[in-house]
Amino acid sequence: MAKMTLEQLRILREEKKGEMIKRDVEGKNIQIIVGMGTCGIAAGAKQTFDEIVKSIDEHSLNADVIIRQTGCMGLCHVEPTVEIVMPGMPATIYGKVDAATARDIVVKHVVGKTLVQNHIYDRPAVDIVKN
Amino acid sequence: MHFAVCDFLLDLVQNSVEAGARTVSVSVTEGRGLVEACVSDDGKGMDEEELERAKDPFYTDGLKHSRRKVGLGIPFLLQSLELAGGSYGLSSRKGEGTRFSFAFPADGLDTPPLGDVAGLFLSAMCFDGDYELLIRRKAEARGVDYEIRRSEIIEAVGSLDDAGALVSVREYLASQEAS
Repeated sequence: MAKMTLEQLRILREEKKGEMIKRDVEGKNIQIIVGMGTCGIAAGAKQTFDEIVKSIDEHSLNADVIIRQTGCMGLCHVEPTVEIVMPGMPATIYGKVDAATARDIVVKHVVGKTLVQNHIYDRPAVDIVKN
Repeated sequence: MHFAVCDFLLDLVQNSVEAGARTVSVSVTEGRGLVEACVSDDGKGMDEEELERAKDPFYTDGLKHSRRKVGLGIPFLLQSLELAGGSYGLSSRKGEGTRFSFAFPADGLDTPPLGDVAGLFLSAMCFDGDYELLIRRKAEARGVDYEIRRSEIIEAVGSLDDAGALVSVREYLASQEAS
């Protein structure tokens, strides 16, 4: 692989923008936040973050989604943790999110608007969570 | 405990960002039989007593999580360095910033793997806030030698909370790591 220049990076980015599906919605309204504190890093949050980025890009959701990192969310026992805030769904914190679960969350929660059971650790009201 | 050297470094960078740093420098150098790394910042810093306590796994400033009794980032790294026969220098001045440099023997049995360097730099750029990140990377044996600034990456791709931008930057960083 040849070393890319900043100009090549700029061009690659423009190409990616061209691939995005144009939507009528103004601005981005889906937020995905990955916990990247000591506990998250130790549990593999970097891989989780990578998988979410890849999956959002593959599903051409770039126009709607903001992906952020934060420190510890206070749920160290179930790291890696991912919070999702989006219209039409309860704000949700998922725990034990390995790469496969991260992909599941993008497909089911973000695209399909369905909660991913067995990984919900905070936010939705008890009556929405099925055991 | 973290798996790779890059994980320890990301933890230190996260500390720096959380300490309100405007500029964070991170360097990773392989050569002379060592894996050397350094994170320095101009964040809020610590006085001598706080610096000593930061090495204690059962200490945290308690500001973010009021009932928490542990702070494991720096203690994890110190433990790993001790196990592997590494060395470190940790200094800080209240109100001025903190610098943590360390070195692992490259062929040490207990030395953690270096890990995903491109992934480290990508994540290190993606914390919230308007901070500058200065990256310095050198692995002479593989012909790898580069410097990157977060600001020039943002200038090239725009905001780093967009998956398209992140995928592009990851590819760019991976290409810098190529031999």
